Amino acid sequence: MIKVKVDGITKVFHSKNGNNGNGCVEALGGINLEIRTGEFLAIVGPSGCGKSTFLEILGGLIKPSCGSIYIDGKTVNGPNHDRGMVFQGYALFPWRTVTENIAYGLEEKGVPKKTRNEICKKYISLVGLSGFESHYPYQLSGGMKQRVAIARALAYDPDILLMDEPFAALDAQTRDTLQGEVLRIWEETKKTVLFVTHNIEEAVFLADRIAVMSARPGIIKKIIDIPLSRPRSEDFRTSQDFIKLRQEVGYIVREEARFTTNS
Amino acid sequence: MSGKKQGLQRTPRKVIALLVFFLLWELLPASGIISKAFFAPPSEVFVALVKLTVSGELWIHTSISLQRAITGFGLAAIIMIPLGFLMGWYKGFEEIADGLMQTLRQTSSLSLFPVFILFLGIGEISKIAVIFWGAQWPILLNTISGVKSVDPLLIKSARSMGSSTSSLFRKVVIPSSLPSIITGLRLSATHSIIVLVAAEMIGAKSGLGYSVINWEYNFMIPEMYAAIVMLALLGLITNYSLVWLEKTTTKWKEEMTIT
Repeated sequence: MIKVKVDGITKVFHSKNGNNGNGCVEALGGINLEIRTGEFLAIVGPSGCGKSTFLEILGGLIKPSCGSIYIDGKTVNGPNHDRGMVFQGYALFPWRTVTENIAYGLEEKGVPKKTRNEICKKYISLVGLSGFESHYPYQLSGGMKQRVAIARALAYDPDILLMDEPFAALDAQTRDTLQGEVLRIWEETKKTVLFVTHNIEEAVFLADRIAVMSARPGIIKKIIDIPLSRPRSEDFRTSQDFIKLRQEVGYIVREEARFTTNS
Repeated sequence: MSGKKQGLQRTPRKVIALLVFFLLWELLPASGIISKAFFAPPSEVFVALVKLTVSGELWIHTSISLQRAITGFGLAAIIMIPLGFLMGWYKGFEEIADGLMQTLRQTSSLSLFPVFILFLGIGEISKIAVIFWGAQWPILLNTISGVKSVDPLLIKSARSMGSSTSSLFRKVVIPSSLPSIITGLRLSATHSIIVLVAAEMIGAKSGLGYSVINWEYNFMIPEMYAAIVMLALLGLITNYSLVWLEKTTTKWKEEMTIT
């Protein structure tokens, strides 16, 4: 089943000091992609290849210059509660407690207060933050903040989770832990996940498929299947299969990056 | 825990400095180093304060001053906070207004006092107007900068959760710019008192600023100091109430060190 169909998305930014002389920067050069229901798809690519732009278009935050996106066959026109976003910078509201942050999407969806509290409780426990309900973001570590952000995106029950380099700002150990958590949550909630990263190991560890992007303009160069068994535990990172595949993917991504910089 | 302890340790130190100050104030005129005629010791000022309070004179002047300051400051807050939101939110608005605003802002409130008197007469309105003029700028500019410095990521995040523009404004822009607005209010409040005193000294027949000058003319030195002390108290009360407001509305912030 196809959940999301991306049909020829391009994005041109107009800027006063664009590098083509005509004041335009072509960020995305025609992206075609099909995302299957319930799959974990990672998007990797060099920095500046337009990964984040693509994700924001999927989230409905910015409009593409050309092309369309269909979710369950319906055209996307803007943000909606069928998609939840998680950003690298956490984007928590500093004036809201953990519970209040998680409740935000539910408020906007018009869920009554009593139900909101129950749902918040459930997701706080899902991301392992019980006991921190009344903490403000400044009282939490980076990893905990990102747990809150994930819970917040899940709380209003979107079908699709869009994650934009969510663990890039975290230390290696916290990142490994959270990768495991995301897999667990994904298996429990059966969401369709689109996960943008520049970390190849992360992509191989998490994803069913990896879409390799090249810069600029960003297009999808290749889609690599990751035929590794699930569930994947921490030990899995040291298995021969994993290491071999990581090297292969790394090679492909580097080739794409080299090709892009030469052209 | 540790913060509380520190606070307890700091309090006696604050008191010590104040005690030394009052002691010097009492002893210097008594010892004759400074003429008692110009520098009334706190004991005499206190007697004058009591006398003026009993006669009701002090309250009359204080209440008039308060009325002027609060009206001018209040009007500035009521008008300039919404205007600041508009100007911060709609980029074009600020671009147009910025040049004019910067010019007007640099025009000293007191230099305009004669203009206000010409147009509005020597009554209450001209004094309220000059306080309003001085008080509006910090509120306006801090509101604008508060709105402009809302983290774009928070706006993205709110929109991704389906926020409409009005709910974005209520739930993201307003809380996010609140600390900056309160800073503006504090600056304005301090400024209001300064302008109030000056305006009352220049052109009023009542109020604490007028009293300071009037009692000085009549060589009622302890009374003059009593009025000065009263003004200092007003300043302290204003500042501490705004600090309290800041602490209660921004308890989500890591640091609240400004006092």
